[in-house]
Amino acid sequence: MSKSRDVLLDPLFNKNPIGLQILGICSALAVTSKLETVIVMALAVTFVIAGSNVSVSLIRNQIPGSIRIIVEITIIATLVIIVDQFLKAYAFGISKQLSVFVGLIITNCIVLGRAEAFAMKNPPGLSFLDGIGNGFGYSIVLLIVAFFRELLGAGKLLGFTILPSSNEGGWYLPNGLMLLPPSAFFIIGLLIWALRSWKTDQIEEEN
Amino acid sequence: MEHYLSLLIRSIFIENMALAFFLGMCTFLAVSKKVDTAIGLGIAVVVVQTITVPANNLIYQFLLKEGALEWLGMAETNLTFIGLICYIGVIAAIVQILEMVLDRFFPSLYNSLGIFLPLITVNCAILGGSLFMVERDYNFAESVVFGFGSGTGWALALVALAGIREKMKYADIPAGLRGLGITFMISGLMAMAFMAFSGIQL
Repeated sequence: MSKSRDVLLDPLFNKNPIGLQILGICSALAVTSKLETVIVMALAVTFVIAGSNVSVSLIRNQIPGSIRIIVEITIIATLVIIVDQFLKAYAFGISKQLSVFVGLIITNCIVLGRAEAFAMKNPPGLSFLDGIGNGFGYSIVLLIVAFFRELLGAGKLLGFTILPSSNEGGWYLPNGLMLLPPSAFFIIGLLIWALRSWKTDQIEEEN
Repeated sequence: MEHYLSLLIRSIFIENMALAFFLGMCTFLAVSKKVDTAIGLGIAVVVVQTITVPANNLIYQFLLKEGALEWLGMAETNLTFIGLICYIGVIAAIVQILEMVLDRFFPSLYNSLGIFLPLITVNCAILGGSLFMVERDYNFAESVVFGFGSGTGWALALVALAGIREKMKYADIPAGLRGLGITFMISGLMAMAFMAFSGIQL
């Protein structure tokens, strides 16, 4: 029981895929300027990780070692196509805003990384929990980044005005930098700093 | 000609894959510790990108696009939904072929690039290049220019970051920021510098 809990909760802070393992940063940072797109992206990635982990784990004893990467990529690509088609059918506006980044979940290193490192060696139940856990670990970082970018950049959250901006008669002067790509790097950098000041064992050795 | 030149400049500097779209970040952050390895990976990415984007462009134009199968008598078929799986398959296959060709005919180049080639299959910048090509509906010539340009832009950012990180050895960084944290900060500053290029039109 405690093993399942560790598998589910460790990726949140102790082994966060973005903060510690440098995985999965690629496809998603560009969508963090708004909270809405991030929520959709986070759900999509969590679904794909959990799905691919279960599928890979179910057939892990049948996959020949030499072609396992291709098998994994095919499973992941199929799941991503399902997500992509689903979004196009039910949330067309958001799927337009996410543009190529839904497709890029295929090359999101977390998905392949977890399939390769965890699902190939563990039973489906545990792999499912590991997928959900890593999906949440990834989502939590993305949500924090998007929260600050949307709040400070536009004074809004999910489209609702929180800080009335000066060009609409309020007092808050929006910080334009927060809407531009570089701010995501700074926020993640600060986030890692905060995380590592809290969990000091994650600090990297000087080489 | 002017159009292509403008596209080239735009894909290298203004719409830089790494710094404006965050593509290929994992390798970007992981392989930027030394300038030598960064140059090796950079060249490999330029080569692969220049081949895969046009190859995927041909597949898109003549097999997947709506009405593309007219020559088979299936004018109404629209196969764009299986695009994702095709592009990643083509990329994986081309990387594999390139690896074998280099091994057979250019062993010295293979030895220096060899270890990076498998990494490239899962580099988001490569798949991202193909997806942008589809989304922006480039024709074949444009896709060659775009493939080369976006690869070069990515390689440029990677080598520049590696150069800065080599100098970082002499800096005294707060404990929690060491390694990954400070690398994010540097990339952020570089991204801001690259934004100075925006608005340039030829």
